[in-house]
Amino acid sequence: MSQLNRVELVTRRGFLGGMFGAGALVLAARVLPADVLAGTAAAPAWSPSVYLGLDADGTATIVTHRSEMGTGIRSVLPTILAEELDADWKRVKLVQALGDAKYGSQNTDGSCSIRDFYVAMSEAGAAARMMLERAAAAKWGVSPSEVRAQNHQVVHAASGRKLGYGELAALAAQQPVPGKAELKFKPAAEYRYIGKDLPTIDRDDLCAGRGTFGYDAQMPGMVYASIERSPVFGGKVKSYDDKEALQVRGVQKTVTIAPFKAPHLFQPLGGVAIIADNTWAAMKGREKLKVEWESGANASYDSEAYKKSLQETARKPQKVVRNVGDVDAVFATSARTHEAEYYVPLLSHAPMEPPAAVASYQDGKVVIHAATQDPQSVQQTVASVLGIDKSKVECHVTLLGGGFGRKSKPDYIAEAAVLSKAVGKPVKVAWSREDDIRFDYYHSVAAMYMKAATDSRGKPLAWLQRSVFPTIASTFAPGAEHGADFEMGMGWSNLPFEIPNHRAENGPAKNHVRIGWLRSVSNIYHAFAVHSFIDELAHLAKRDPVEYLLESLGSPRKEVIKEEGPLGKTFQQDIGRIKRVVELAAEKSGWAKKRPTKGRALGIAVHRSFFSYVASVVEVVVDAGGRITIPRVDIAVDAGKIINPDRVRSQFEGAAVFGSSIALMGEITAANGQIVQSNFHDYPVARIHEAPRVTHVHIVPSQEPPAGVGEPGVPPIAPAICNAIFAATGKRIRELPLSKHKLL
Amino acid sequence: MITLKVNGVARQFDGDPEMPLLWFLRDTLQMTGTKYGCGMGLCGACTVHVNGAATRSCQTPMQAAANKNITTIEGLSPQANHPVQQAWENHNVPQCGYCQSGQIMQAAALLKEKPKPTDADIDAAMKGNICRCGTYQRIREAIKEAAAAKGVKK
Repeated sequence: MSQLNRVELVTRRGFLGGMFGAGALVLAARVLPADVLAGTAAAPAWSPSVYLGLDADGTATIVTHRSEMGTGIRSVLPTILAEELDADWKRVKLVQALGDAKYGSQNTDGSCSIRDFYVAMSEAGAAARMMLERAAAAKWGVSPSEVRAQNHQVVHAASGRKLGYGELAALAAQQPVPGKAELKFKPAAEYRYIGKDLPTIDRDDLCAGRGTFGYDAQMPGMVYASIERSPVFGGKVKSYDDKEALQVRGVQKTVTIAPFKAPHLFQPLGGVAIIADNTWAAMKGREKLKVEWESGANASYDSEAYKKSLQETARKPQKVVRNVGDVDAVFATSARTHEAEYYVPLLSHAPMEPPAAVASYQDGKVVIHAATQDPQSVQQTVASVLGIDKSKVECHVTLLGGGFGRKSKPDYIAEAAVLSKAVGKPVKVAWSREDDIRFDYYHSVAAMYMKAATDSRGKPLAWLQRSVFPTIASTFAPGAEHGADFEMGMGWSNLPFEIPNHRAENGPAKNHVRIGWLRSVSNIYHAFAVHSFIDELAHLAKRDPVEYLLESLGSPRKEVIKEEGPLGKTFQQDIGRIKRVVELAAEKSGWAKKRPTKGRALGIAVHRSFFSYVASVVEVVVDAGGRITIPRVDIAVDAGKIINPDRVRSQFEGAAVFGSSIALMGEITAANGQIVQSNFHDYPVARIHEAPRVTHVHIVPSQEPPAGVGEPGVPPIAPAICNAIFAATGKRIRELPLSKHKLL
Repeated sequence: MITLKVNGVARQFDGDPEMPLLWFLRDTLQMTGTKYGCGMGLCGACTVHVNGAATRSCQTPMQAAANKNITTIEGLSPQANHPVQQAWENHNVPQCGYCQSGQIMQAAALLKEKPKPTDADIDAAMKGNICRCGTYQRIREAIKEAAAAKGVKK
C-alpha cells in the first residue's frame, strides 16, 4: 500500500494565498503522479493532493479535493488526516478545492478516493503532528520523546505543560519536515475518528435545505439557458425559426452552439440555446423554438434490431480475452452441456439533480460553479472548446445531487462556458429531466452468451463466456468497437471459479449514442451473466446454490489479475476473501434455515469489483399477481480497512436500491435514432415501496488496504434478485428489466 | 399582481401567472432549498406546504398560489430542528441530499395528518418522492422515530 502514493512533504508558507493567516503552518503532501496517474497523459511534475493549514487561532483547515455526490467522501477523506494529526474535529474547517492538477487526480469516480489517497492523508497528518511535537519539545527544552500530541494540543506529561496547536503553528513551521521513514502513525487502538461513525459536515445543512448544488449556483447578473439538441446523436442544425420563441416573455435571444468534432469526448452536443431571464422563460421559449435537424448516420438506430445484432455476434467465436485449458475439446466430448444468453439494456444515470452549471467568461478567463465529479476535466474540456489555456479556467465544485458517473463528463459545463462567451454575461445551464434522460452518456447495452460442460455430479469442467457491447472507448476513439481492457477487467477477464477449462471472449459493437460509465460500469452486465449462470448450473446439478458456489470457487488461492488503477498493479484476487463474504452473507441471512417456498425465496450472488468483495443475499416475494417485493437484503462486504462504517453501510444500502432499479425497471431504448424515454414516468427508478424494505450490511473487519465502496455493492443485486425469483417461481430471467416479464 | 405568503413573509409577483411556484421560489426569491427534479410532479423534490398540505411546487402555477401560505424547507422550523429534521440527522439519512428537502416536507405533512403512521401509510405518503441514492430505509426509520417523538439530536 505504501507504494500507492509516495508522498513528499514540504512546508510552504503563502502557497495557498489568503486561505490561511500569516505564520500559519501549511503542509503540502504531494502525490508523485507516476503512481497515481499511471496511464494518463499530462501528469504534472508537482501535484500535491492534500493541504493542511494550521492557523494561529488553532483552526486546522483541510482542503478537500474530491467531489461530494453522496458518498460522504469530502468529509471522510479529511478525517484520515485529522486522525493522524490528532486534531480536534470541531476545530477542523474543510475547504473544497478548486480544480487544479496540483492536487493529484480529482476525478471522483471509480470508487478510488480512499484507496488512492489514504496514504497521502495519513502522512500529511502524521508529519504535521510530529512537527508540532518537536516544536513544543524545543520550546520546553525537553526531548521530543517526552511529549505527545493529544487532541489539538501537545502535552509534556512529566511537567504537566501544554501548548495548543494554534500557539505552536508558527514554531512548527520552522521545524524540518520529517522524512518518510521517520513518520510514526497512530496505533489503531488510539483512533478517535477512523472506524467511527462521524457525521458528514454536510448532513445538517442538507436536512435544512441549505446545501448549494450546481442547480443552485448563482452569479451576479446571470441569465438562464435552455438548449435544444439533436434528438439523434451526431445530428446537426439544418435551420431554425426562433420568431415565436422570442415572443415569450422573459426570453432575450437565441444562440447556436456548434456541433462537436469527432471524437466527441466531453464536448457540447451542439444545438440552439434560448437565453432568458429565468429558468421558466427559457423552458417556455424552447417549446416555441422550431429546429430542423440533419440527423446523420445514427438516424436508423433501433434498439430491437440492435439487440438482435448483438446477440448474433455473441453466438459466434470472438476475440479471446482470457483462456485456460481447452473448452472446445471438452464441449466436443461432453454429454452434459448448458447454454444461456443474457441481455441488459441501455441505462440512464438519472441523478436527482440533472446536470447544471453556471459559467462566466470575461477577458479570456472563465469562472465556473458546477456540479462536477472532475473539475480538472472541466478545465481541460472548457479550455479546449474555447481555445484557451486550462489555467484560465477556474472551476468551483458545488455539491452534486447524485453523480453515478454522469457528472464526470462535463459537456453541460462546456455549454455554459460557450454560451457565456457568446452573450457576454454569466450563463446558467440547468438541464431539464428530459434533457438528462435523452442526452446521457448511457450505460452500455450488452448481450452475453454462456456455455458450460459439467461432470456427472454437475461440477463445471468447461466454461465459455462471450460479451458484446458498445464500448466506453468510443468516447475517445471513434470506431472503437471492442471492450477496452478496463471493461474486461470489470468481471470478465477474471472469473473467480476454479474451472480447468475456461475462455472469455468479447465481440465488436458500434456505438450509436454516447456510452459512459455508470456506477459499477461493465460489472453490471458481466455480473448479471456470470452469477445467474452459476446459479443455473447449481440448480441443474440439484445442489444448494451457496454450497455449489463455494465449491465452484474452489481452493482459497490468490490469483494475479489485470486491474485498473494503482492498486491493480499488485492486486491479487483472493478467493479466500470471496468465499468468506459468501459464508457471511449466507449465515447472516439465515440461508440454511429459510428454504424456498412457492412465491418466496432467497437468491445469492458474489462479485469482486473495485478491489472489494461483496456477497448479497436477496429475499424476494412474488405474489399471486406476479408482483415482486424485496423484504430483505443481506450484504457481506470486505472492503479492506474501513474509515467510516456508517457511510459504508449507507453506500451498500443505496447500492441495493440502485441495483433493484436496474433489475426491476431500468431500460432506455432508441427508435429512429432517438431515445424513447424522457422522464420518471417512462424511465422509472425504484421508489420507497419497490426498494428493498431492509438491507443489512455486514462488514468484514480487515486491515487490508482500503478498497472501493461506492460502486461494488451494485453488481451482485440484479443476479441475486433473479436467482431468488427462480427459486421462488421456477422462472429464469435472462433479460433485464423484470418489468418486461410476466412472472406468473 | 399575485400576492402570497412564503414562510410568513408577504410576497408579490407580477410575472407569467402560469409560472410554477418552484421557479418563483428558486429564481425570484433565490430560496434554493426547494429542488427541481422532473417538472412533472413525478419525483417530489419540489415539495412544499401550501396552506399546510404537501404540494408539488413544480405543478403549482403562481395563480394557484395566490393568497396562499407557502412553507418551504427554509421555513419548516426556525432553527431547522423540526422533529423530522432531528430524526433525519439522528439516522444520517442524507447521502447526496438533493431530494431530502422534498422528503422532509412530505414526511412532516404525513406526521401532521397521521401522527403514528404504519408502514403502509409511509409507503402511500412517501412513494411520490424519489431518492436515487436509495436512502428509503433510513427515511422510514427516521419517520418512525419522529412519530415516537424521541427525536433528540445526537
